[in-house]
Amino acid sequence: MIAIVDYGAGNIFSVKNALDYLGMENQLTDQAEELAAADEIILPGVGAFPSAMRMLAKCGLVGVLQEQAKQKPLLGICLGMQMLLDKSYEFEECNGLGLIPGTVEPLDAPGLIIPHMGWNKLEMGVDCPLLHGLGEESYVYFVHSFAAKCADENLAAWVEYGGRVPAMVYDGNYVFGAQFHPEKSGEAGLQILRNFGGLV
Amino acid sequence: MLAKRIIPCLDVRDGKVVKGVNFEGIREVGDPVVCAAEYNRQGADEIVFYDITASHEGRGVILDVVRETAKQVFVPLTVGGGIKTVDDIRETLRAGADKVSVNSQAVQNPQLIRDGADIFGSQCICVGIDAKKTKSGNWTVFINGGRIDMELDLLDWVKQIEQLGAGEICLNSIDTDGVKGGFDLPMLKAVVDAVSIPVIASGGAGKCSDFAEAFEKTDCSAALAASLFHFHELTVQEVKADCRRKGIIVR
Repeated sequence: MIAIVDYGAGNIFSVKNALDYLGMENQLTDQAEELAAADEIILPGVGAFPSAMRMLAKCGLVGVLQEQAKQKPLLGICLGMQMLLDKSYEFEECNGLGLIPGTVEPLDAPGLIIPHMGWNKLEMGVDCPLLHGLGEESYVYFVHSFAAKCADENLAAWVEYGGRVPAMVYDGNYVFGAQFHPEKSGEAGLQILRNFGGLV
Repeated sequence: MLAKRIIPCLDVRDGKVVKGVNFEGIREVGDPVVCAAEYNRQGADEIVFYDITASHEGRGVILDVVRETAKQVFVPLTVGGGIKTVDDIRETLRAGADKVSVNSQAVQNPQLIRDGADIFGSQCICVGIDAKKTKSGNWTVFINGGRIDMELDLLDWVKQIEQLGAGEICLNSIDTDGVKGGFDLPMLKAVVDAVSIPVIASGGAGKCSDFAEAFEKTDCSAALAASLFHFHELTVQEVKADCRRKGIIVR
């Protein structure tokens, strides 16, 4: 069972649709006990970092997610990925979940359109089980204006957009983050979700 | 670098796919959910549903079609036609659309663009435009499926759209739509050069090389076609293969 965290700031139905399509059992929830009972957790997110963190806190899920991420696979998507990091500077300085060392900063791509929106090609970094079995040229779908800044050892994939933009972060253990939307990234995205489901 | 996008558009009427040639002579070609799934299989980068009669008959958007499509198609979905209010945008996004396309309503009520962008984000708001060349050589904006000339200068309108916070423009040329002689490159280039938001070329694709030509001769971000794909004259794969051969980055 995959728990999709439904804290009021998610692209939850697209994620749920994709898991249903893949036949992966899932449940939308904002309950700590259900996150504890799940085999894996997906943390979606759209919108602004500070308000999303506040909503997560309001649901009482910050500590639970930090705890559960030590025991089972957690995949953050888009803003959910950014929330895995230590802190963000979107509108105001705001702490994240601190599961992957790094920060979230405005995307800096001189001369290019912000938001970074569309299909971009993954370049592979450190080995990450979610990226296994992808084709040589895998494009995934992005919509974002802020980007992660993290060490190379946590960078599983990036894309070129006025420089290297982190696409997937990985703590080497249970914590995964996708800046792009696997649930909107065609076959490549579905393969990433399949890989996530196959971790347990 | 972002890949150039190839976007099939499904013109929908009463829940069925249709295609008008120059907005007349409509004929039925099938179930939109089935068509969308097929385009997804062919490698479409995005799929647009456009309820072509909604703006003049006042019908709502086809939310059930979107809901069903979103269960089996995992690329961005855009819905246009009949979207008049912020609530319409909200409902459409909730049904599973990633973007909405506003056209006539945006001309009549430009605030809809700003409100939509403020509440849901610029990336959700695409402004569709039907434009036509005038005798004096500029282009003007038409509404209600190309029926009414608003005598609004196209380049003034696209700059206003950008200022209002739209995330994207889908530019359809009434002059080339359905003619299959290629996209309206002069108009497309004028618009692409006037704004910095992405522009989708629409109207006029008749053969494979028309897509690559639009990408080679203008900085448009995407190209859209309808009947060409519906009647299997061309597949999305064929268009992308042609682009790739010519060094254009596609997914």
